[in-house]
Amino acid sequence: MEEVELKMTQSKRVALCVTCLVDQVVPEIGVATVQLLRRAGYEVEFPEAQTCCGQPFFNSGFREQATDLAKRTVEIFEPFEAVVLPSGSCAAMIRVEYPHLLEEWPEWQHRAEELAAKTYELSEFLVNYADWIPRGDFEEIRLTYHDSCHMCRLLGLRDEPRQLLERVGGRISEMSESDRCCGFGGLFSVRMPEVSNAMTAEKLHQACDAGVEALVTSDPGCLTQMRGLTEGSSIKVEHIATVLEEVTR
Amino acid sequence: MTATLSEFRQRAKTAIEDVRLQGALDGGTGKLWEMRRLTFEELPNSDALRDHFKAIRSATLRNLVEHLETFEKNATAAGANVHWARDGTDAREIVISIAQEHGVKLVTKSKSMATEEIHLNEALAEVGVEAIETDLGEYIVQLAEETPSHIIAPAIHKTRHEAAELLGRESGRSLSPDDLTTLTGEARKLLRKRFLTAGMGISGGNMIVAETGSVVLVTNEGNARMVTSVPPVHIAVVGIEKIIPTWDAAAIWLSLLARSASGQPLSIYTSVITGPSRAGDPDGTGEVHIVLLDNGRSELVGTKYEEVLQCIRCGACLNVCPVYREAGGHSYDSPYPGPIGAVVTPLLLGRENYEALPHASSLCGACKEVCPVRIDLPRMLLELRADQVAERTIPWKERKAEEAGAFVFKHEKLMRFMTNAARLAQRPFSRDGKLHLPQRLNPALERQLPALAKRSFREMWKSGELEEK
Repeated sequence: MEEVELKMTQSKRVALCVTCLVDQVVPEIGVATVQLLRRAGYEVEFPEAQTCCGQPFFNSGFREQATDLAKRTVEIFEPFEAVVLPSGSCAAMIRVEYPHLLEEWPEWQHRAEELAAKTYELSEFLVNYADWIPRGDFEEIRLTYHDSCHMCRLLGLRDEPRQLLERVGGRISEMSESDRCCGFGGLFSVRMPEVSNAMTAEKLHQACDAGVEALVTSDPGCLTQMRGLTEGSSIKVEHIATVLEEVTR
Repeated sequence: MTATLSEFRQRAKTAIEDVRLQGALDGGTGKLWEMRRLTFEELPNSDALRDHFKAIRSATLRNLVEHLETFEKNATAAGANVHWARDGTDAREIVISIAQEHGVKLVTKSKSMATEEIHLNEALAEVGVEAIETDLGEYIVQLAEETPSHIIAPAIHKTRHEAAELLGRESGRSLSPDDLTTLTGEARKLLRKRFLTAGMGISGGNMIVAETGSVVLVTNEGNARMVTSVPPVHIAVVGIEKIIPTWDAAAIWLSLLARSASGQPLSIYTSVITGPSRAGDPDGTGEVHIVLLDNGRSELVGTKYEEVLQCIRCGACLNVCPVYREAGGHSYDSPYPGPIGAVVTPLLLGRENYEALPHASSLCGACKEVCPVRIDLPRMLLELRADQVAERTIPWKERKAEEAGAFVFKHEKLMRFMTNAARLAQRPFSRDGKLHLPQRLNPALERQLPALAKRSFREMWKSGELEEK
């Protein structure tokens, strides 16, 4: 895990970096994120110039394109005191990869490091910084949690989403390998669809074996990947933001 | 040997559809991984030990030449002959000339990835020398006329039923797959004859220790002892990166190697060969040759790929890799499969031959987590991909698509325009948030790609409907 000194945010305003996938494909996750941040006592801003953090290009080796998008993202979000993303993977891109990607330009690297220090994945922000403790009587939800790769291995976030889910009545039945990759891997999923789909099928098997109704994750990429193979299956794949938003409404 | 994208996909597809193979892979990798986990739990300060070992490996590589020269000096003083092989051709010529000098017709081999890398067995066969693999897994693979599919468990893709059939065919008896004692006993009998008649033994080297000029071999079957002590001549073919300066450091290597590879605190046999047998030794071989194989390794020193030379070939990254566990080792068409293979194969055996391998990963990072030397394999896969883009060795269609995609994302207005156009275009196929494309048009095959939402988040935000009430 890359060590980034995270600054405690004093202000009660946060910028939402919604991610391109949530914006265009699963906007309900963005809506839920806004509501949760407000319930935690924050005012949410959405800088409209934002598009994509550049991760797909970075992962495919298109460094020049990724660099341009990284610089653009730094410019858009640096005026804010804290930035929250409903995606572990995009949060890891900003926190872990930007400072490396921009190391050729010391001034940009410095700005990237500043941004990295105030960028948070949603569940991490709610638990560690907003200290948001939902209260009330919650119905028990039987679920299993999928640890998305970059969130658990690059950001080291495994407990935070589980804590939140448990606070709202979640009874987590763990899969045999909760951190086994779901098969997405960005363009990997269409470059090697046979392998990718086999990986997803394995993940869904493990979720079914856990005997739960819902498979919850913190990454929209994993979510859309897994939903793509659930036709005819009883298991529902959900994002942590929409689950939390619904039960704390 | 090659792995283009379509070749890799085709081989992986075959592997995924092979229920028997999937069962063997799941069982084999799952067991090795679980045993690795348990032995690491028992090892106090294992994280600190791994950090320390990484520092040793890294420092050793910085003075690689010096350590190799010390090794040569000490091995020579112990009576061994040290040969330097620039590449596979050099190494094969050295081995063949020693074999011919001694009139060798039969060679016994203990498991060696370096000799797989240079296709030594084929080269020996061409000059009329038969090479018999004596590691049980390698022997089964050889009987099946296949190649190993795992660095430490070469026959991981085989079931015991297949092993029984292959050994039965060789011995002319019908063998029960359920009677493992008889099976291994039969292999032992078949191999024993070879051990006693071979004119030469060939091994690899798990490591070479500079301070004494020794070759260290690690096995669970004792076959390396037979290979290196029964025939009159022993040749060890070792990659130059397997050097370790001292025995203190070698001890750490050994403790991490067996734990990472097979979940054992130490392997059953650890053999140390320091020159030929001396007067008064009860056994041992009369002549020892050590072939130090470069084959592209020294070119990596000082580059962004140097870290890959720290690998000790334990195979732990294969067992945790979700791609390897579905696609199997043969999809890579390299002696080195899995995450380490995806990095080291293009680097040592030619990037042009293995263009698919840097992409045979979802970048999940499980390999880095389990590596005893913490090699950052995901980062090196990313570097290899970036090199492909910089060297323009990716298909032009993909280049154009990526460039166009990035251009769109650099202009928010254009992105809105393009996504709205796509919303119209997807209408006939979009249902329940998914694209129901005809199979032949769907790049994700049987998986449904997500459809664009009816309205984007930004559109909702702009309309004011998300404003705080």
